[in-house]
Amino acid sequence: MQFMLLFSRQGKLRLQKWYVAHPDKVKKKITRELITTILARKPKMSSFLEWKDLKIVYKRYASLYFCCAIEQDDNELLTLEVIHRYVELLDKYFGSVCELDIIFNFEKAYFMLDELLVGGEVCETSKKNVLKAIAAQDLLQEVSYGDSPYEI
Amino acid sequence: MALRKVKGNLERMFDKNLTDLVRGIRNNKDIEMKYITQCMEEIKAELRQDNVAVKANAVAKLTYLQMLGYDISWAGFNIIEVMSSPKFTYKRIGYLAASQCFHQDTEVLMLTTNMIRKDLNSQNMYDAGTALTGLSCFISNDLARDLANDVMTLLSSTKPYIRKKAVLLMYKVFLKYPEALRPAFPRLKEKLEDPDPGVQSAAVNVICELARKNPKNYLSLAPVFFKLMTSSTNNWMLIKIIKLFGALTPLEPRLGKKLIEPLTNLIHSTTAMSLLYECINTVIAVLISISSGMPNHTASIQLCVQKLRILIEDSDQNLKYLGLLAMSKILQSHPKSVQTHKDLVLQCLDDKDESIRLRALDLLYGMVSRKNVMEIVRKLMTHMDKAEGSNYRDELLQKIILICSQNNYQLITNFEWYISVLVELCRMEGTQHGCLIARQLLDVAIRVSAVREFTVGQMALLLENANVVMGPTTVRSSIAEVLYAAAWICGEFSQLLSNPLSSLESLLSHKVISLPGYIQGVFIQNVFKIYARIVITAEEEEDKETIEEVTNLLLERLPHFTSSGDIEVQERATCLMQLVNSIQKGIQNCEKFSLELQELFAGEMNPVAPKAQKKVPIPEGLDLDGWINTPPSSDLDDDADDKEFFGNAFKKDLFTKAESNGDNSRKDSKEISEDELQKRREARKLEQANNPYYVKVSSATHSPKFQKHDNDFDNIPVTPLNLNVPLKLAGMTSVDKYLIVEGRQSKKHKKHKKNKKHHQASSSEEDVPDTLLVNRDIGEMPEGASVSDEEDVDTRPLDDPHRALDIDLDIPLSPTEKIPTRSHRESSNINNKVPIEENIMTSNIKTDIEKKSKKKMKGKKESKLTKEKRKRSKNVEKSSDQCNELEKEAEEKIIDNYLNNKSDASQSKSKELTNLELLLLEDNNNGLQQENGDSVHPPVEEIIEEKKSLDPVDKNKKKKEKKAKKEKKSKRSGRKESFKQYEEIESPKEYEDFKEEKLPNMKSLTQNSDIKVNYHASFEHPCTDLFIGFEITNQIMNGNIGDLSLAVQCLQSLQLMTQNSSDSILITPELSAMSSTIKQLRFQVDDDSIPLKLRGTFSYKLVLDILTSEGNLSVVELVEETASLYGQSLRHHHICLLAKMKSKSLYVDGKSDNSTLLANALDHLKQEFHRL
Repeated sequence: MQFMLLFSRQGKLRLQKWYVAHPDKVKKKITRELITTILARKPKMSSFLEWKDLKIVYKRYASLYFCCAIEQDDNELLTLEVIHRYVELLDKYFGSVCELDIIFNFEKAYFMLDELLVGGEVCETSKKNVLKAIAAQDLLQEVSYGDSPYEI
Repeated sequence: MALRKVKGNLERMFDKNLTDLVRGIRNNKDIEMKYITQCMEEIKAELRQDNVAVKANAVAKLTYLQMLGYDISWAGFNIIEVMSSPKFTYKRIGYLAASQCFHQDTEVLMLTTNMIRKDLNSQNMYDAGTALTGLSCFISNDLARDLANDVMTLLSSTKPYIRKKAVLLMYKVFLKYPEALRPAFPRLKEKLEDPDPGVQSAAVNVICELARKNPKNYLSLAPVFFKLMTSSTNNWMLIKIIKLFGALTPLEPRLGKKLIEPLTNLIHSTTAMSLLYECINTVIAVLISISSGMPNHTASIQLCVQKLRILIEDSDQNLKYLGLLAMSKILQSHPKSVQTHKDLVLQCLDDKDESIRLRALDLLYGMVSRKNVMEIVRKLMTHMDKAEGSNYRDELLQKIILICSQNNYQLITNFEWYISVLVELCRMEGTQHGCLIARQLLDVAIRVSAVREFTVGQMALLLENANVVMGPTTVRSSIAEVLYAAAWICGEFSQLLSNPLSSLESLLSHKVISLPGYIQGVFIQNVFKIYARIVITAEEEEDKETIEEVTNLLLERLPHFTSSGDIEVQERATCLMQLVNSIQKGIQNCEKFSLELQELFAGEMNPVAPKAQKKVPIPEGLDLDGWINTPPSSDLDDDADDKEFFGNAFKKDLFTKAESNGDNSRKDSKEISEDELQKRREARKLEQANNPYYVKVSSATHSPKFQKHDNDFDNIPVTPLNLNVPLKLAGMTSVDKYLIVEGRQSKKHKKHKKNKKHHQASSSEEDVPDTLLVNRDIGEMPEGASVSDEEDVDTRPLDDPHRALDIDLDIPLSPTEKIPTRSHRESSNINNKVPIEENIMTSNIKTDIEKKSKKKMKGKKESKLTKEKRKRSKNVEKSSDQCNELEKEAEEKIIDNYLNNKSDASQSKSKELTNLELLLLEDNNNGLQQENGDSVHPPVEEIIEEKKSLDPVDKNKKKKEKKAKKEKKSKRSGRKESFKQYEEIESPKEYEDFKEEKLPNMKSLTQNSDIKVNYHASFEHPCTDLFIGFEITNQIMNGNIGDLSLAVQCLQSLQLMTQNSSDSILITPELSAMSSTIKQLRFQVDDDSIPLKLRGTFSYKLVLDILTSEGNLSVVELVEETASLYGQSLRHHHICLLAKMKSKSLYVDGKSDNSTLLANALDHLKQEFHRL
């Protein structure tokens, strides 16, 4: 997987994860182009489109679009599955996730994604394991917060 | 200090946290920009504080702003600070920010190497996990090289969580540092059998990704994967494995045969669509790779097609799309099995989703037959009329042409119909494929002689109505290309023109001037052809009036073109103008020109193979690049020539891409080879004048049909309308007409069928007999050249990282192949261990360091002394602490060196063993300290502190104050190395050699990244004298080594014979880069029958050491003669230096966020160097 984008129906970017390095300018350009292309597509259309030499797989969940760019011989259905898995994880973690959860806890959303995918490859397929890892890290985070709330 | 703390905490309470920021942005939608600018200012202020918590908060906010599209690259250092925090909370935030905004070219990344290494090796598995995930996002070539070993070590971590991530990260490492692949691969392979399914799956992922790019190197893994495939139930992994097999089978057909069965089983059994889809894909790949001869070959194809049909019929658009996609793959190898599903594909053409329609279009290509081509093309054309986006329309246009032209027009039975289709396609608004249509027109006109007359008629019409056809949007549309073809066809086959005079007029119309230059050029050339035709005909008919009329027309219109800005148009027009002028004069003298004119364009025009021109052999002795004449001062003339032959993109296109068309430079290679070079220029000019597009006059010229058309076209009203909408032109045939005709024919056919049953039986329905003779040759080629000799090239772009990963993994590893542990860097690591952290550490941490540094009193005392002297900041301790560690670590290395000295008779009659143990303590810190103790100082930290207004008393002073300067020589310490060497000195002859400067049999004693020491030992008469010669080589690419000396600890039985009594011997004051020096030392041995151990220490100084020590900078990166250094002042002012060694002088370039600091630092270094 080359990158993953999350954006709202209004075209606002909510999350972006790049597994292939691009300069910021290029990233912005790609993001803009993709958002407009995808938002222009009608709901009944298929979730795949060919874009430059990549394949774009996207899916809409409520008001959020999840969009992944994969290479030519990658499996589209598998990518859809990854997206779905991610949505499920967010849902489990936040408890029926909504766009606001991701806006306000965007770092958690990133952490979750990092557990699921490393370097663009699926790392952990078990939802249980991901949630366990996240919970452990959250705990760790709280402990260190608890140590000294205003440490110097 | 305490006050500051309290203040910091108080301030923190009022800081915005991330939630506040997000909320603020949402509440200030109207003035978002302004609000964010304000927030940025706050963040910058927060980053200036010492509190890590505040910084982390600021960095978290920055990460959010980065997502909104704001540039946060300026905060790179701060992000690294937060990353380096020992608290997981902050580390996590820091790594997140880094993974979001760093990329491989981020400069600050070079500062992170050691910090990341520390995190990777952290006891806390989540620290390591965070580092691994972060690294996967921003790994650079250098990081990959430096950390490859650490990541590889993590492959055998006890925690599956770490193993899993490390495995996946290895892939990124390989991409950036291909050298790691071979040494790391065995470990990776082990992970395929890891007890943890997650790790196993990760390993499969990585190997699959690697193998997809370079499958041939992974064939040997097939059995392992086969076993995994048949045993695993993890669909995620299965998909990857099956994909891997898809990449492997083309290389090994036997594998394919073995795969079919398990794959078909999976296809039957699985309920997961993704797995099903992957299986089908791989089965297709297998079936493509293995030729027929499989028993259940058709069965599996049928199965696939069947399953795909189910996918296509599914209401889910995604499955439909993928079904069509996979179907088109089958189409390539097994068109027959797909053709039965034509109904389905046609149905998909009407789908609402454009991408599905496009996929269906791809399939259509293989479904067209002679019988249905007209019907399908008509359907596509109606789609084209309805289509909204010009993209889709262009796609349709391309597909129509592709379908019709496939296999040299195999499917076309009626070429008049095809020409009409093409003419109709010209009317498509704003298409980008004008060129494609033009090519088709040219191709058909040349290949199908029977349809030429019709084509010429249509083209003449096109030309006459050029303005209508093209509409006012000419400029942007590529449809003008069609006029290029039209003009050429009319000129080349001018004998078929019904009304040459009117065609001539339309070619010379003043509107032509608005066309692109190269099209105008073609126009003029063809004007000449038509003109010649008219003159020839008229002369035959003794029609002087027509000749005069035409000549005058040309003379009247051509001046428009002779003044053209386009060089080609100008030249051609001027040429023609001169010719016409002379003809006019000739006519007045009643001369006849038909013979000459006929000669000009004589010759048969045949299709030319696509690469024909490229394959024309260059005659011997011809240098295409050399000047024919020495270039004149203004090379305008040559430019024109160049343009004529090479400058025209469209023409080049025609040569290289078009299947075949008129060879527009009918170059005869033999002729050229015989021509003298000087004549060639003239010949070329002549060639330009001669129109290359010409077919010799055929008898068809005066066919009766010619007259018939005349009447029709005379009636065409020429209406110069400026309308956007292309109009249907009277006289131009419509495609539909042919369908009706076809219909009638088929009806007639049916009627005849009954009568002529026996005739029908012989010819199959599919095989409609060719009514037209089509030249289906590949085209003319130069003698001896064949079309198919193409090189097999790697099509991947040069910068594709996967190219470098094409590494054979089956060759056993050689001992030299291992991931470098970067001895050079590691040795300096002791020196600058975790440099950033330590530099970042603020005063509160210093106490810590102080404790540590007590361990080594001496160093501390020394630093304390200087501290008092120079009022330097406490940071010194830190540096000296580094130094102490260094001393501890740089433990003595023992080189046991047994010299089994076979002595000869003169020494001793019996064989004696002289065992010398040379212990070399290489470049130990102490050595140098003793030697030039004066210059030994703790590292310098130059700090310019801008005193803040914390202390009210100081408020007035608020001046920049050089707080402290410290110096210390810290040496690049040798890495702990120990090795034993056993060797035999074989022959006594060496004694003689030994006296010479060159030492023949040097044995390696020790080496590090800087120097290499070889030695040679031998006995001299009397046998109590032992000579040891050292050859010291400076291995630094471009750096001098200074003050190289050797200190030997003498033993009682082994005394060093020196003039002075000092402990160390100066070997050389300076050793330049890559050079070596030899020093011979004489030892006195009392008793040569006992093993002796000789200890010695080499010490030396490097330029870089001076830099690092004098500036208290840490080496971040070292590439050959360039080094980058980084340091930070107490006030967190960053300073970066780039030092370059160029032809013995040192260039230092610096950057800092405080220019005064930078200036002072550079000044200081300069002084130091001068002092030295």
